Amino acid sequence: MLANIGLVILFIAFLLSLFATLSSVYGGVKNKNAWVESARNASLLVFPLLSFSIIVLLYSLYVMDFSLAYVYDVSSTAMSPFLRLTALWGGQQGSVLFWAWIMSAFVMIVLLRKWEENRALMPYVITTSMLTTTFFIAVVVFITNPFSKLWYIPGAEDLIKTVFQPVGAVQYFPVDGRGLNPLLRHFGMIGHPPTTYIGFTGFVIPFSFAIAALVTGKSGEDGWIRTTRRWTLLAWIFLSIGLVLGGRWAYDVLGWGGFWGWDPVENAMFMPWLTGTAFLHSVMMTEKRGMLKKWNMILIILTYALTIFGTFITRTGIISSVHAFSKSALGPAFFAFIGITFVSSLTLLFTRWDTLKSEHQLESFTSREAVFVLQNMLFLAIAFAVFWGTVFPLISELITGSKITVGPPYFKKVTGPLFFALILLMGVAPFSSWRKQSLAKVKKVLLTPFLISLGATAVWGYVHRTHPFSIFGLWLVSFVFFAIITEFWRGIRVRMASRGENPLIALFKLFRRNQRRYGGYIIHLGVIMIALGVIGDTYFKQETQGTLKVGEALKIGAYSLRFDGLQGFPGSDGRDIVEAKTMLYKNDQFIRELTPRRDFFVVQQQPVTVAGVYSSLNVDVYTMLVGWETQPTQSVTLKIYVNSLINWVWTGGMVLILGILIAVCPSKKSKRRVTYVMKSNPLYFESFLGD
Amino acid sequence: MLRKFFFTVFVVLLSLFTAVTVVYAQQSNPVFPTDDDVNAIAKKLYCPVCPNTPLDVCETQACKDWRAQIKDQLTSGWNEQQILDYFVTQYGEKVLAEPQRSGFTSLVWMLPVIVLIIGLGFVSLLLKSWRNRRNHQVSDAPPIPSITPDVLAKLEKELQEID
Repeated sequence: MLANIGLVILFIAFLLSLFATLSSVYGGVKNKNAWVESARNASLLVFPLLSFSIIVLLYSLYVMDFSLAYVYDVSSTAMSPFLRLTALWGGQQGSVLFWAWIMSAFVMIVLLRKWEENRALMPYVITTSMLTTTFFIAVVVFITNPFSKLWYIPGAEDLIKTVFQPVGAVQYFPVDGRGLNPLLRHFGMIGHPPTTYIGFTGFVIPFSFAIAALVTGKSGEDGWIRTTRRWTLLAWIFLSIGLVLGGRWAYDVLGWGGFWGWDPVENAMFMPWLTGTAFLHSVMMTEKRGMLKKWNMILIILTYALTIFGTFITRTGIISSVHAFSKSALGPAFFAFIGITFVSSLTLLFTRWDTLKSEHQLESFTSREAVFVLQNMLFLAIAFAVFWGTVFPLISELITGSKITVGPPYFKKVTGPLFFALILLMGVAPFSSWRKQSLAKVKKVLLTPFLISLGATAVWGYVHRTHPFSIFGLWLVSFVFFAIITEFWRGIRVRMASRGENPLIALFKLFRRNQRRYGGYIIHLGVIMIALGVIGDTYFKQETQGTLKVGEALKIGAYSLRFDGLQGFPGSDGRDIVEAKTMLYKNDQFIRELTPRRDFFVVQQQPVTVAGVYSSLNVDVYTMLVGWETQPTQSVTLKIYVNSLINWVWTGGMVLILGILIAVCPSKKSKRRVTYVMKSNPLYFESFLGD
Repeated sequence: MLRKFFFTVFVVLLSLFTAVTVVYAQQSNPVFPTDDDVNAIAKKLYCPVCPNTPLDVCETQACKDWRAQIKDQLTSGWNEQQILDYFVTQYGEKVLAEPQRSGFTSLVWMLPVIVLIIGLGFVSLLLKSWRNRRNHQVSDAPPIPSITPDVLAKLEKELQEID
């Protein structure tokens, strides 16, 4: 009964958001304010209505109402109440509803906060954002409804999942559910979908403003960029957190000793992050220099298309085969929506092309403008390579009929050099100023970090002489690291000289005065740390596998792992556990006991490998139970990965998030800073005071 | 000058690289073929039946059998290329983790490079057009004065007064 109310409310939300979309266009085009107001009110109502549906679904999950197909699919009596609630986004139906719900929340916040400030843009902001919301609610209502019930037709083999009763069917009430996919029962997978969806939907807001700016012809003014700057950062921060959590989940749960497998689903999320990052940088150039306006538009349109594409890939499974596409109406629906919005956005952009003129011109090829343009191009080239590698199997299957795999070697080889160039630019960019830059000066400043990095690389290279190629990577991260430190030092020195502050206070005030700029550098430091982790993963990773009897040991590098016995016991959440007891030694010194195990989820008939991990800042020893025999004697097959530097990925992820927090944190100074800009020659100041 | 800078970087890194390559010598395995030898080849293959799973980490029974098969083939003296070829003949091109560089599949490698070249060309054209536009106009931008510590100190002082 409650589920039926949830369903009805969901349908009303669909009608209202459809109304808001249409009425805002009508009101905008005919200049009829009442229609726009009405669209606003309808949009504001969608969030509470969807919230109600979400609460009904959460309640159904909590009380385990298995008459609902969704609850039956993703929850079971063996799951804890908390896990059952997080199953809201554990399956397709729930997660699409969840997507729409977050979207509606964002629309509501925008309409409440920015209504007066951006009154002229609002009709089309509503149109664009509510069109997206309408699409997702429509998908939930008509294609993948979480309030579908289970029906049984006598004589039929499978149960039917529909909202309404099929002819001749009786409703089926299962005693227990099938339960959430065991692989998803991990903190990373509990946090990953919400953060990713917040990131995805967050980008819809700047996109909506961009479209509104284009429609109203206000795209030449950059008001929309300033209004949505925080939204862009918010989307970016959550997408970044989502990526880190997803990587951590893969590392802990998937049992292959790595965190990034260039899987289509991972790529789907990485692409909007890449274009979003490019957008984040290119809007800076518009804010500072009034340049790259067309480019911003292209980037935000691409980012929007890629976020929908990302949801499409993760939710339809189309990439594994074109045949998955026709299995449900979901594929064609998404395909059509992406196609229509993408083509119409681009058409709109080209009709407004002339309004987007650059206000300034370039004075030197070594200016920061040039560096920004190059950097943006690299981001886009990487995004293209990832996109192409992700969709190529489909293209190949469609055109030649033969299926192929595009695995990690392709992505590493193609994007590796591009990332190298990008990170190098990251180190050099802060030293080039807007408009023009003398090369001699840059060289003078960069000489010290360059020499130090060469020294560091020599030492590092000697230590890691078994992996010659790593030298290039290690030089890169050390050079960029010291370059960023130099940039900090320059700022500190100026303050120390002019104000007599001690270095720590100078550093603190530097941050306070230029949160965006120095927050940005912290983000760059985070990226360097992640790059170090990736270098470790690419070059220093060692692995070995062997079969051991009790008392025998497997050696890898300085480590050895002794097998001491096997035990089996029942665990929580309906699983049977087989666990190997092993002792880890380094250079014959005992370190600790590790217990790699295999959990078998009985209901789902699914095994999950749980690695035994010894983790330190520099190295992870990651052990896996690959197989075992109990007859004639007890023996196990163990796999060990020695993952050097991998923890830098997680630490770097946290530093990156810290940097974003510093950059977006509201500061008292931010308003007052306006007075600093000298009217006669603002660039003169900004070139060293902040961007 | 910039070229010189990058050239120096390149030369220094290259010499380091050569130096350490000479030192590097691989250890030989005691018993052949070990699980590691098998995994080294399985890593280059994808499970023919499971979606997007490399063969060396795939947990299904089928994959265990395939790994056992690789071991047998190694024992009977097959080399890596022969084993990879065998799998391609048996299960199709999709078992290769790294797409081939021939036929239609070569497009997957070529297009990103082409796009990069077009991108670089586009960037240089764009920058040039921005610069040329300037040449047609009278530049009213004042030259950027170099910032000496004295000037900076003075500015900072003035800014502080505004605070």
